[in-house]
Amino acid sequence: MALFDLALVALLLMLALRVVVEPDERSAIITFLAFGLLLGLAWVRLAAPDVALTEIAIGGGVTGILLLRAEAALRGRGKQAEPATRTGKLAVAAGSAAISAGLGFAVLTFSTPAPTLAPAAAQALPATGLGNPVTAVLLAFRALDTLLEKVVVLLALIGVWSLAPDALWGGAPDLKPAAVPGPLAYLGRVLPPFGVVIGVYMFWVGADAPGGTFQAGTVLAAMWLLVMMAGLHPPPDTTRWLLRLVLAGGPILFLAIAFLGFAFADGFLAYPKALAKPLILAIEAALTLSVAAALAMLVAGPARKAPAR
Amino acid sequence: MSALLDTATVVLVSVGALLFLAGALGLLRFPDTLSRLHAISKADNLGLGLILLGLLPQSASIAGGLKLVCIWLLAQLSAATASQLLARAVHRDRTER
Amino acid sequence: MADFLTTAALFILAVTAIALLRVLRSRITAERMMAVQLLGTGGAAVLLLLGAASGSAAASDVALLLTLFAAFSCVAFVLGSAGQDADRTSSGEQP
Repeated sequence: MALFDLALVALLLMLALRVVVEPDERSAIITFLAFGLLLGLAWVRLAAPDVALTEIAIGGGVTGILLLRAEAALRGRGKQAEPATRTGKLAVAAGSAAISAGLGFAVLTFSTPAPTLAPAAAQALPATGLGNPVTAVLLAFRALDTLLEKVVVLLALIGVWSLAPDALWGGAPDLKPAAVPGPLAYLGRVLPPFGVVIGVYMFWVGADAPGGTFQAGTVLAAMWLLVMMAGLHPPPDTTRWLLRLVLAGGPILFLAIAFLGFAFADGFLAYPKALAKPLILAIEAALTLSVAAALAMLVAGPARKAPAR
Repeated sequence: MSALLDTATVVLVSVGALLFLAGALGLLRFPDTLSRLHAISKADNLGLGLILLGLLPQSASIAGGLKLVCIWLLAQLSAATASQLLARAVHRDRTER
Repeated sequence: MADFLTTAALFILAVTAIALLRVLRSRITAERMMAVQLLGTGGAAVLLLLGAASGSAAASDVALLLTLFAAFSCVAFVLGSAGQDADRTSSGEQP
């Protein structure tokens, strides 16, 4: 097993190095994608399947398409002159090396046993009615962090949408290529049914096993993107009230239940004990849809077409 | 019975692993992009299929075994179509040049 | 049995690594994209073998996602090169 881990780490380091030294942006992005998928394997070896699922979905899937689209949009607009001078690059390299060395030093000088809240979290787990400690931390013990995180995703989306020109405000983004290759149309029809089942499954097992809102939302977002890219269903106008309801629904339900905690439980973001699990599942369901819509619209980008009147 | 199942696992997983090796050799030795793509998409998919088949006797529950079959189906479908897409990209690049 | 499955996983990881390094050194970008495909199938095989060896059920969920997103990335790559043409035509239409 040690041999396996060593091989995995060596391969990861090699890929990371290639991402940095690769002169061509597109190849660097592809290497980064491969790195993300391989990192998922490493997280499984570290007994963190929740993180592995997120890493593969975000690092291998959604970030990849975001970067590839950005690169395709910038390509052919004429390379600007190299912005960093040699000394600038050296300074950045030295700074990065210092951070790496500092992190390595910090990890190596952890007191043994490392400080941990894991026993406390495991002890409080029955009160939530959940079986997966990661979900319990995300939606019960540290629910405030999760709530703010989802609001940040929405703020990012508002930032992206506001890049649309005035005339196109409220219109739909454009994802469909000029010509859709046949296999893509086929994949756009066949893969989403699988993906939707996998997404719902990820959400459902998240209460008791690795999985959860973010992983499920990312899978659903990827499938929606696939359908839009294959031209099977056009992206919605960004003013569509249904879209905005789905986007804001998760955080709004989360906030509403959080405030109801004042009346029916111990305070803000507290759940009544008997209802803890159903409430958490309801929040998770609404958040999954919000995350899916927000991630898909983030990748789709600002409006490119005038709104339909 | 369990010894027989274990033997089946060992044989199928070994053959699957050898197919992965064959795919890698094809990748290293074949002369052009399309045949290299052919090497990995065929050999790796068959290898994955055989390994999954070999792991079926080891799965603890029927649901676990069904999940393995689903992974194989998904891999067959998506990897084959993705190879097709990549092959088109290669072809297009070649005609542009 | 667990030892055998772990050895098989190590073997497939090593083989995939060799193929990966060959593919990433290529000058053709589509050929580099094969790295993602290699990791989709090879990674799924490694994960399932490790999962069976250690008896962890979550490994097969990770393998499922790996297969799904390997295919999705290939789509992203193909559209990345096609998207350029679309951009060119749309900017050509604008006055």
